[in-house]
Amino acid sequence: MTSLLQYLLKTRVATESLKPGDGAQIEVIRRQIDERARKRFGRSLHIREVDAGSCNGCELEIGALNNPYYDIERFGMHFVASPRHADCLLVTGPVTRNMEEPLKRTYDAAPAPKIVVAIGDCAHDCGVFSGGYGIAGPVSAILPVDIVVLGCPPTPQQILLGILAALEKQP
Amino acid sequence: MLIEIGIELLQLLVVMLGSPLLVGVIQKAKARLQGRRGATIFQPYADLRKLLAKEMVVSENTSWIFRFTPYLLATTMLLSALIVPVLTTRAALGFMGNIIALMYLFLLGIFFLALAGLDAGSAFGGMGSSREVALAALAEPTVLIAIFGIALRAGTTSLDGIITRFSAEPLLMLNAGHLLAFFAFFIVALAENGRLPVDNPATHLELTMIHEAMILEYSGRLLALVEWAAAMKLFLFLTLLSNLFFPWGVALANTPLTLVTAFAALAVKLFLFATAIAIVETSVAKLRLFRVPELLAGSFTVALLAVVTAFFIR
Amino acid sequence: MIDSTLMAELLIASVACFGAGAVAALAAARCPSVARILGHTSSLVGAVAAFSLGVSGLAGGSIALDVPDLLPIGGAAFGVDRLSAFFVVVIAVGAIPASLYAIGYTREYAGKSSLPGMAVAFNVFVAAMILLPLARNVLTFLVLWELMSLASYFLLITEHEREETLDAGWVYFVMTHAGFAALFMGFLLLAQATGTMNFIQWGAAAANLDPTLRNLIFVLLAVGFGSKAGVVPLHVWLPRAHAAAPSHVSALMSGVMLKLGVYGLVRLAFDWLGVASVWWGGLVLVIGAVSAALGVLYALVEHDLKRLLAYSSVENIGIILIGLGAAMLFQIHRRESLAALALIAALYHTLNHATFKSLLFMGAGAVLQATHTRNMEEMGGLIKRMPQTAVFFLVGSVSIAALPPFNGFISEWLTFQSLLLSFQISAHTVNLIFALGVAALALTSGLAAACFVKAFGITFLALPRGAAAALAREVQWTMRAPMALLTLACFALGVAPFVILGLLDATTFDLMRVHAELKFGWSAVVANGGFGWVAPLWIALGLVAFLLAIPLALRLLGANKQRRYYETWGCGRALQTARFEYTATAFANPFKRVFAPLYRPVKHLDIEFHPESRYFVRSIGYRHEGRLIFEDALYRPLLRAIQALAHRARVLQSGNVHGYLVYILIALVALLILTV
Repeated sequence: MTSLLQYLLKTRVATESLKPGDGAQIEVIRRQIDERARKRFGRSLHIREVDAGSCNGCELEIGALNNPYYDIERFGMHFVASPRHADCLLVTGPVTRNMEEPLKRTYDAAPAPKIVVAIGDCAHDCGVFSGGYGIAGPVSAILPVDIVVLGCPPTPQQILLGILAALEKQP
Repeated sequence: MLIEIGIELLQLLVVMLGSPLLVGVIQKAKARLQGRRGATIFQPYADLRKLLAKEMVVSENTSWIFRFTPYLLATTMLLSALIVPVLTTRAALGFMGNIIALMYLFLLGIFFLALAGLDAGSAFGGMGSSREVALAALAEPTVLIAIFGIALRAGTTSLDGIITRFSAEPLLMLNAGHLLAFFAFFIVALAENGRLPVDNPATHLELTMIHEAMILEYSGRLLALVEWAAAMKLFLFLTLLSNLFFPWGVALANTPLTLVTAFAALAVKLFLFATAIAIVETSVAKLRLFRVPELLAGSFTVALLAVVTAFFIR
Repeated sequence: MIDSTLMAELLIASVACFGAGAVAALAAARCPSVARILGHTSSLVGAVAAFSLGVSGLAGGSIALDVPDLLPIGGAAFGVDRLSAFFVVVIAVGAIPASLYAIGYTREYAGKSSLPGMAVAFNVFVAAMILLPLARNVLTFLVLWELMSLASYFLLITEHEREETLDAGWVYFVMTHAGFAALFMGFLLLAQATGTMNFIQWGAAAANLDPTLRNLIFVLLAVGFGSKAGVVPLHVWLPRAHAAAPSHVSALMSGVMLKLGVYGLVRLAFDWLGVASVWWGGLVLVIGAVSAALGVLYALVEHDLKRLLAYSSVENIGIILIGLGAAMLFQIHRRESLAALALIAALYHTLNHATFKSLLFMGAGAVLQATHTRNMEEMGGLIKRMPQTAVFFLVGSVSIAALPPFNGFISEWLTFQSLLLSFQISAHTVNLIFALGVAALALTSGLAAACFVKAFGITFLALPRGAAAALAREVQWTMRAPMALLTLACFALGVAPFVILGLLDATTFDLMRVHAELKFGWSAVVANGGFGWVAPLWIALGLVAFLLAIPLALRLLGANKQRRYYETWGCGRALQTARFEYTATAFANPFKRVFAPLYRPVKHLDIEFHPESRYFVRSIGYRHEGRLIFEDALYRPLLRAIQALAHRARVLQSGNVHGYLVYILIALVALLILTV
């Protein structure tokens, strides 16, 4: 226990600052929320991540957002367990037929105002899975998407820039 | 008289406005210990403000109890803020209750929160309610025996009286029994506020949730009230720990100087507690749910030892 | 000064009403609904008269009434003093709503049971209970006690077509008569030792008794009264009886009849025998603590609503006995003012329990009438179908969980204060017992809150778990009005306790000759000159004020008011049915695991596989029941021993007339030797 405490107290802050650009390919589709809501979300955004049939490559990158290097919390953003608590839905994966209905219910369960950010090439246009028998369509066919972050998978920095772009906030 | 009412309102404001800050400080301390920058200490204020602007999505299965509970939770916490001597022992409404009445006010909040968890008809809510009332029930004996230990030494169960007595006779605190009672009360504070090692406030796994599971259905202003009430509960518990067990700085008379000192002393004590909690949360793993009764039984034994030492060293 | 003729008139009027009710019910036996209405209305009037009598007795009036030739050995003697008057008030507080409730509730039994018979038994039952605290004479007391037991037995077995009811009736009958036997022995020993059958003269005479005899009498009478009060381990009849009886009878039995056991114990300790040894108080406190803890632990794992309430009564009697034991311990250590405080706490809890337990049983009866089941696993969502009953049951639940601003909070607060004040005694064993009493009371109060979250939450909230609950309807006004009355009483007793505290202080002053360490005004209650205080009215006002202020403040802040109704969050799955809800068994699971050594639960898992493959399951049945340790460990071995003994004694029943004549000769000779 004491060795753990010593380790904790000696560790430096490892967060890297986010540089604008960073090779991110971000597509802005629509703006669902007004200026005031955007300002408020800029200070505090609660995110619910929904895996609509992805290969989990995007999930690994999204999971990395919580580590000390990328530290999503410094932007006031925070992952939550229930869509009732969420302001932003982070959707990955080509939407499979099994996940189409749950995805819609998750969106409906979230209170307004809310935004939807689709992550990855699969979420954009089904990526490598397009045309498959189990696919219902890209996320934009099921939900009103604000921002799409392209990449297979996009890096954590690109994901962060995408979410910030939805809020029209500079890093 | 008017001065005392004014000071009572000041205490209320300190609790109302200071509790999100306390939560923010704990989060920041945890972030630093984890080696990351983390959100600012004012983040909970931003969260609450945003929640007030969101709509409420209410389940069709619920009844008026679901919508009523957040208001009741905030109400019991605000009422408790009037009773707890945050800054001074001479508050206008301190006579409303002693420490036992305070514990029952907290239990009132837990009762209705547990009902609200059952109201939506989801398995998560029911599970949270069941676990929460089980742990609250198991923590009660520890709390009351710790209170017995303090009351023995201070000769009273009124909060103002305890602080006055300990301030006047500091030697009463240089006592193994005092420290034992403090330790037991600290464990209970962790358990009642859903902190590690009893409950992880940041978990997303419903099977590991206790407090969070009951509030999964809340949104909008209802969620804001519930979160704020939880922050106030933590603030009040830590204030009790600071002011009952280490009453240095608490104002015994209402003069501007003593009040400023009291405010500063409270800030320092709460900061120390916040850091302690952050260190505990970062270095200790969450206990398996059915090991928590063992922890509470251990804290009960410690509290009982405190009472026994109080009886034998008189 | 209260006019004693007025009080005598009230007493006679009350008894006359009950008599008239019984007679009218018998006379209208041809027309059951008339019998039902007449009989219970008459009982209602009689109970109101009794309430007035009790109030005037508490205010200071006292009477003594002798009816010389009604009973052998001294006739029937009645008297009113403050303690008796208080218990008459407690009984009336239970009987008035129960009578009104019965008018509507007993309609269910038309055609299945004898309604005139029920009305007659009800009147006899309530009359016996009201007269019992007024008895001043051994035989009066015992006759009324037996009358009460018999009347309640007949009411208990109303639904005699069910096996469970007959079993409950039998256990009740045996236990109550075993208690009666203990009472009989105790009374006769005490009467013989003091030389008089009159209660009033026992107090002075008992001081000169031989210590062993005193202990024996105490044990016998405590066992007798304890079995009626339902303390552990003599409680086994309670859950069966209160669950099987019709709900208005359960309300009376649980809310009121148990209190007569408490009355006996209070009289025993503070009037007839006086507290003579330290271990008496210690025993009462320990048994109270054990009853309280075990009662609520058993209540937690019940999913029969009325059995849950019955075990909760065991718990509350335990709390009353904790207060009583504390009073006895203070008394023997010559701290009479603290003893008075503890006794006030115990008596206040007696009154409070009568109000909220009756309320809860009436609510359970309403639910039973609406859904035709007592099984909580089949209920749910009743708050939307029976909104008023739900509010009444909620108030009852909050009160019994001892939460402000209702009455249970005040009496538990007082009990805690008196236990904490024990540090003023300097005897280490006693201090330890008190400390354990504090721990037990704290655990009990937490567990009681958990128990009633379960009782109210599973029964009334969320979705109906069975078809019957989905079709439930609100009950008629004759059943809702008494519940509303009791709800108001719970609130009034919680917010304005000073009224009752004044009367209770006068009562304990009569018994102990000192005032309690308690100061109370319209706003605050202060114990022991500042050791602890509480201001219930201010707390209630504070709660209301903040409840109104918060929405107003939110509106001023411009918070979003929009509300959208949607399904419960179920991780997006397509179906949301009642099967996803938490069940009563699931809710009790943490307790079953933590207290497994007490429950020693037995798990039954029945899996029905598909006939063609063990990989497919048709149905899974799961039962996780606790065992009743007292029945297994105490009663069954005892019954087995008695049966073995009886078996051996069969040898005496030879069937030979000459043998029997020899027995008679032997008995005659023995009697002659003993007496001559």
